[in-house]
Amino acid sequence: MSDADGKALFDRKDEVLSLFRRGAEFMKEVVAENERLRNGLNQVRTRQNEAAQVDTEWEKLRVELLERIHGLETEKQDVLERLRAVEEENRQFANRYVEVEEENNNLANLYVASYQLHSTLDLSEVLKIIIEIVINLVGAEVFAVYVLDESSRSLEPVACEGEELSAFPHVSLGSGIVGHSVESGETACAEVTHSGDLAKPIVCIPLRVEDRPIGAIAITSLLAQKEGFTPLDHELFTLLAGHAATAIFAAQLHSQSERKLNTIQGFIDLLTK
Amino acid sequence: MDRYRILIVEDSPTMRQLLVFALKRLKGADIVEAQDGMDGLRKVTSDHFDLALVDINMPVMDGLKLISLIRDEDNLCEMPIVVITTEGAKEDRERALALGANEYLTKPIQANKVLSVAKGLLKIG
Repeated sequence: MSDADGKALFDRKDEVLSLFRRGAEFMKEVVAENERLRNGLNQVRTRQNEAAQVDTEWEKLRVELLERIHGLETEKQDVLERLRAVEEENRQFANRYVEVEEENNNLANLYVASYQLHSTLDLSEVLKIIIEIVINLVGAEVFAVYVLDESSRSLEPVACEGEELSAFPHVSLGSGIVGHSVESGETACAEVTHSGDLAKPIVCIPLRVEDRPIGAIAITSLLAQKEGFTPLDHELFTLLAGHAATAIFAAQLHSQSERKLNTIQGFIDLLTK
Repeated sequence: MDRYRILIVEDSPTMRQLLVFALKRLKGADIVEAQDGMDGLRKVTSDHFDLALVDINMPVMDGLKLISLIRDEDNLCEMPIVVITTEGAKEDRERALALGANEYLTKPIQANKVLSVAKGLLKIG
């Protein structure tokens, strides 16, 4: 046997010894605990025996135990009631959490829609954003955006989805679902998901800046998986009615001012050359 | 804290912003946006991502083509992909899943639905 092997064997012996020592200590502890419990049990037995021999002591012990049982029963009832109250509170919190989550989602949709609508002054970009919002957030499949032509007082389709732009009718202000909705400023909304007639949309959102009509969004049909309108859709209609109108109006004004600026600049250049 | 890299491939800025909004609620999420399939492919092959959200109808390269190219890459075949699209027909769903998408969500989407699907695929408790 080499020195290294001898040392390893020696170490193993120490380990085994230490294991035995720990076992012995544990055994001592167990014996002491056993002794303590035996004493406790003996005391209880002695008390019961004494009580059994003396009637008054027995009665006293019985009353004492009955009171204790009654006290514990009452305590148990209190705890159960508190548990029920806490469970009810938890249910209310869970419901509230779901409501807050839903509200949060709705606000996120509304925030994104309004943020995007006011992110540009280019009319074609604004129309593209309106189209994106109506497809992605509302879930519409066929729809058109109309803009009011001030000179002819008619609503012209300027952007659409799901059909050719030429398929959408030109509408006189005040006539039909779209014309009437724009004139009155009230959103028209039917409880169906599809209309076969582009002149009779299921939803018409009038776009107005204060009392001035700007145009409309007319939805003819929803995506197949969209089964109906939710409260969020109605919130989006309201948001679009105001914000899309403002965005279109601002883009139109910007485009006009750009044109005027170019004309004036042209004159100035002519005069100064 | 665990970090998750998520790629959103979507041509609509409105949808991208909405998805970023939803996924920002994941602690440790690092979100990268791509505006079409080609942009998405470039990003997904040059960097590591734990999850990709892909639209179907996009210019330059559509989402289905992107998914099949991703699944052809040896190191990307395990990356979870969620399709988010307006196409709600059963056959569209089956085609996307057959190409290797893990989940198929139809628009209009709810932010909390996207969040719960992302958590499931990223195995976040």
